Amino acid sequence: MSETHAQTVAFVRDTMLAPEPPPVAESGAVKWLRENLFSGPVNTVLTLLGVAIIWFLVSHFWDWFAHSVWNASSLNECRQIIIETWGEGARGACFAVIRERWNQYMFGFYPSALYWRPTMAFGLMFVALAPVLFSESLKIRRTVLVVTAVVTLWAMVQLNAPGAWLVFAAIVLVGGLAISERHVSWLLIFSVLYPLLGVWFLWGGSLWGPIMVLVGPLLGWAAWTLVGRFSALLATVAAIVVTLLWWLMFASRAAADAEGLLSLAIPFVRSDQFGGFLLAITIGVAGIALSLPLGIILALARRSDMFLIKSMAVIFIEFIRGVPLIALLFVASLLLNYFLPPSTNFDIILRVIIMVTLFSAAYMAEVIRGGLAALPRGQYEAADALGLDYWKAQRLIVLPQALKISIPGIVSTFIGMFKDTTLVTFVGLYEPLKSMSDAVRANIAWKGIYWEPFIFVGFIFFIICFGMSRYSMYLERRLRRDHR
Amino acid sequence: MADVSAPAEPPFRLSMLIYDRRYRSMTFQVIVFILVMAAAWWLVNNTIRNLAVLGKDFNFGFLFQRAGYDIPQTPIPYTSDDTHLRATIVGLLNTLIVSILGCIAATVLGVAVGVARLSNNWLFARLMTVFVEAFRNMPLLLWILIIYAIFTEILPPPNAYRGEDATASMIFFDNVALTNRYTAIPTLAMTNDPGSLDLGARITFNWATIAFVVVLVGGWFVRRAILAWAQRVQDATGLRPRTWVMNLAVMTVPSLFLIFWFGLHLEAPELRGFNFTGGINVQNGLVALWLALTLYTAAFIAEIVRAGILAVSKGQTEAAFALGLRPRRTMKLVILPQALRVIIPPLISQYLNLTKNSSLAIAVGYMDLRGTLGGTTLNQTGRELEAIVLMMAIYWALSMIISAGMNIFNARVKLKER
Repeated sequence: MSETHAQTVAFVRDTMLAPEPPPVAESGAVKWLRENLFSGPVNTVLTLLGVAIIWFLVSHFWDWFAHSVWNASSLNECRQIIIETWGEGARGACFAVIRERWNQYMFGFYPSALYWRPTMAFGLMFVALAPVLFSESLKIRRTVLVVTAVVTLWAMVQLNAPGAWLVFAAIVLVGGLAISERHVSWLLIFSVLYPLLGVWFLWGGSLWGPIMVLVGPLLGWAAWTLVGRFSALLATVAAIVVTLLWWLMFASRAAADAEGLLSLAIPFVRSDQFGGFLLAITIGVAGIALSLPLGIILALARRSDMFLIKSMAVIFIEFIRGVPLIALLFVASLLLNYFLPPSTNFDIILRVIIMVTLFSAAYMAEVIRGGLAALPRGQYEAADALGLDYWKAQRLIVLPQALKISIPGIVSTFIGMFKDTTLVTFVGLYEPLKSMSDAVRANIAWKGIYWEPFIFVGFIFFIICFGMSRYSMYLERRLRRDHR
Repeated sequence: MADVSAPAEPPFRLSMLIYDRRYRSMTFQVIVFILVMAAAWWLVNNTIRNLAVLGKDFNFGFLFQRAGYDIPQTPIPYTSDDTHLRATIVGLLNTLIVSILGCIAATVLGVAVGVARLSNNWLFARLMTVFVEAFRNMPLLLWILIIYAIFTEILPPPNAYRGEDATASMIFFDNVALTNRYTAIPTLAMTNDPGSLDLGARITFNWATIAFVVVLVGGWFVRRAILAWAQRVQDATGLRPRTWVMNLAVMTVPSLFLIFWFGLHLEAPELRGFNFTGGINVQNGLVALWLALTLYTAAFIAEIVRAGILAVSKGQTEAAFALGLRPRRTMKLVILPQALRVIIPPLISQYLNLTKNSSLAIAVGYMDLRGTLGGTTLNQTGRELEAIVLMMAIYWALSMIISAGMNIFNARVKLKER
């Protein structure tokens, strides 16, 4: 071969040059600032505006927060402490009111010796919710239940709960934790029983009441199996009729008789003693738990082929959605007495729960209807092709997908409803935001304190509502079945 | 040949009402209908019996009796000698005022915040997120109470504006005075007042207002005619004549002329004695309610706007650019029409929510429909049933009107799918 090529190259690089560092303007913090805060005239103005807003807020409120007093027994004492510590003319927050009136904000006028009861009910609620809300992630479930168990038991000890109940709560909490490790679906039994237990813990009275309520479905089930040998349809009718008959006719008398034989009563607490966050959470949780199934039924009814059913659902939903909640609450407090037989008098909290439930169920129905409409028609047709009847198709094919689509809307309805529980102040219930803060201010020691109660109550509402919205985002991610 | 015909219908048996799918739904509907009617009859029957027990009747005659209470802020003339009906109408008008003002302000603020949340500006986008999350996750009542407390507790009394060494100063070029009892805003005054049109029942409209409405509506029709003419020219020649100068002229020149003709100017409030006079002293209840409703609803609208803009896929923008459309026309012709389709339906329900939430005026003592009909009138006459039924009916009708109106608008902006 010729050697011409070997001579043509004078220099061959055998090492790479070390890379130059990027220009200062194109790296590190400077680059980030240029790209994110000062990328153009408009952006620069916005950044300056943002800084101005932050500066305004900080300069006005930082002192006030930094000078907050957490330990005092009256507003005057607070101001005294602030002046002593920070000099004449200093302003400061007096969060001592929260510390001083903590129990009132949490429990309202609930008897103080029984504070442990709502606390226990609240703690056990998480055991009941665990199989529903955290059924797929063992880690989250474990964390939630351990934290719940520790906090609940600690709070119950602090509130001087009787030893027997402490043991009961410990058994349920630890038992729930143990069961949820292996067979989380078994806990659903507790979830079903919890509403009755919770009501009993909150209001007290005889345990026979909840037991007799529970007997209704058991009798219904018995009737269903007995009649089921002849006809499936008759069996369903019989089960419903027997249950309703038992509840309406016999349950209260049976409970009274049983109580006479063997007393299972704990001290009874009247509804007007409820208040603060206890009231807000009671109404909120009950409303949430009841409005979802009612909303589903209404949504299915509105999409039904049956004309009468559909029109009734439309009328109901559009009526409820057209009036403000306050009007419905006034119906509950002023008009329900007209609609019920003379001299019936039923509990104001129950009336409010009914109204709040109906209100949010109407919104829920619209949200779920959106989910049902968004489901491709093929899904309905596939269900029909498989030979499923209406209820089976809804239960197995349609609703799981439709509900998944509507999760964001459902949770915002929940959040809206929880926020709306503050409106019960206008029918004379002691919710934490207005009534309770007014009650606190009515005391001469705390006359004139505005911002601290608002901030405190707002903060708790924020945590709960924000938590719900984050949970819904987590749920959406977890249920996402398409691979993106 | 075999006789081919449809198999004979089986004779009707009673059990087919349950087992035959053709009849079952009918049976079911009839049963449910009967149950619902029975429940309704039960409720009505109870109501009749209860009314009888209480010695009351169901009668709206109280609406025509003397109301006997004062309303601080009345859009139409009203004294305590007027009837409950007039008080109700005043309340309804107050509800409408706060709702309309709230809807306008919330839309403006909400759109701005929604767009700002999408900006590349890290700081500003985060600030707006904080705003949205704070307002969405705390009760409206809290915001109403906080803003009202700011007005009543922090703002200076009117006499703080007095004298040379006043401790408070007016804002917006000495036009607005915020005090702890009311907000004094300037009023529109005319040097050449044309007088008023009397509609009877002490309801008057100033001729100047009517003239402005006529001019603006007329201008809008002329503008439509101009656009149609431009379209015709474009169709015929392919060249679109420049219309914006004419449109601007049509919309502004007559109004400017009217302003000049009537000598329309702002009259700033002035402190005389203990109070501001000359302007309008707006009750703080209204201002606080309006601000709270605006901020709260704006947070929701911001999310709707953001979702709407994000819902338009990036390919649409790229396609528009590929066709050679400039960014502004891309926004106007491609992105907005599609985003609006997503935005408008939930926006309507936010307007409805705002209107219904305005009933929280109860917290600040603003006399809206609930404050007059569902509040003082109810308490004075003791007619709970009639007052609440009527109040709910009015709110319901209001909701229906808003949603009907907005649905028409929605149908117009909706993309025509072919």
